[in-house]
Amino acid sequence: MAKAKPKIQGRVTFEEDRCKGCGLCVNACPVNIISLDNNKINAKGYHPATVTDMDKCIACASCALMCPDVVITVERL
Amino acid sequence: MAIVFQKTRGLTDVETHYCPGCTHGIVHRLVGEVLEELGVLDIAIGVAPVGCAVLAYKYFNCDMHEAAHGRAPAVATGIKRVHPENFVFTYQGDGDLASIGTAEIVHAAHRGEKISTIFINNAIYGMTGGQMAPTTLVGQKATTAPYGRDEAHCGKPIRIAEMLATIDGAKFVERVTVTSPAHVRKAKKAIKECFKVQIEGKGFGIVEVLSTCPTNWGLTPTEALKWLEDNMIPYYPLGNFKRPEEVE
Repeated sequence: MAKAKPKIQGRVTFEEDRCKGCGLCVNACPVNIISLDNNKINAKGYHPATVTDMDKCIACASCALMCPDVVITVERL
Repeated sequence: MAIVFQKTRGLTDVETHYCPGCTHGIVHRLVGEVLEELGVLDIAIGVAPVGCAVLAYKYFNCDMHEAAHGRAPAVATGIKRVHPENFVFTYQGDGDLASIGTAEIVHAAHRGEKISTIFINNAIYGMTGGQMAPTTLVGQKATTAPYGRDEAHCGKPIRIAEMLATIDGAKFVERVTVTSPAHVRKAKKAIKECFKVQIEGKGFGIVEVLSTCPTNWGLTPTEALKWLEDNMIPYYPLGNFKRPEEVE
């Protein structure tokens, strides 16, 4: 049996106070782990984007590519 | 641990004034990244337009110049002729480039000025509150066309990329969009190729970027991307219209 490919894991960090809560990253995420945090209001008065399950992140950077405010940094573990 | 994506040095730390979900931010970032990757950030001079991007001079981390409405290509022409060793680009919207500044862009292209232009087409006047632009689609509602653009009265929207591609002096013409990560990657490639045309001294280059205006279209940012794909791309086909011939 072929070996399973090593799973790529990533970590994304949001600069939450600069986020405008537009949701383009939520839409772009292929593993659907980003959501707008309705319990939080940032300095600008928006609900910032947040990751619900970081273990599922595949470091594809799709969220960062779509973010108009460049608040996302992506790392590959 | 490797960093896959971080903010480019091509942008300043100033927060943009753009509405949430406005794709101006994505295009700003692409321009900043390309300037950095091509190594011209330190010799780049940008010309900001009038329109939503009027404050672009605060966001790009290079020397910037503000131009009167539509006159960015004329200002860029002057800068490039005085400083031919610098990299000069303009960043203009459709109210700026396709309306009041049509003469400037057509003649800058016609003269083959060695400048590069990023043209943001969002089919509406954004900053002034959603008036009809020359690029507004037939039937699309705007504050000055409350029943939608009437073709009998206003004609059809203007296709700038196709028009400029007919001009000999324009060496690179491409239309892209930024509605998905794949399109963003393609847009970056086009901007890079366009900027290289200037660096190699081949002539004028323009990249038209189909963009959204969620606020004035009255849609959420995500709905606006969908609207663009469903309505604008059929009328404004994506793709390259012109690139310099390879030198044998």
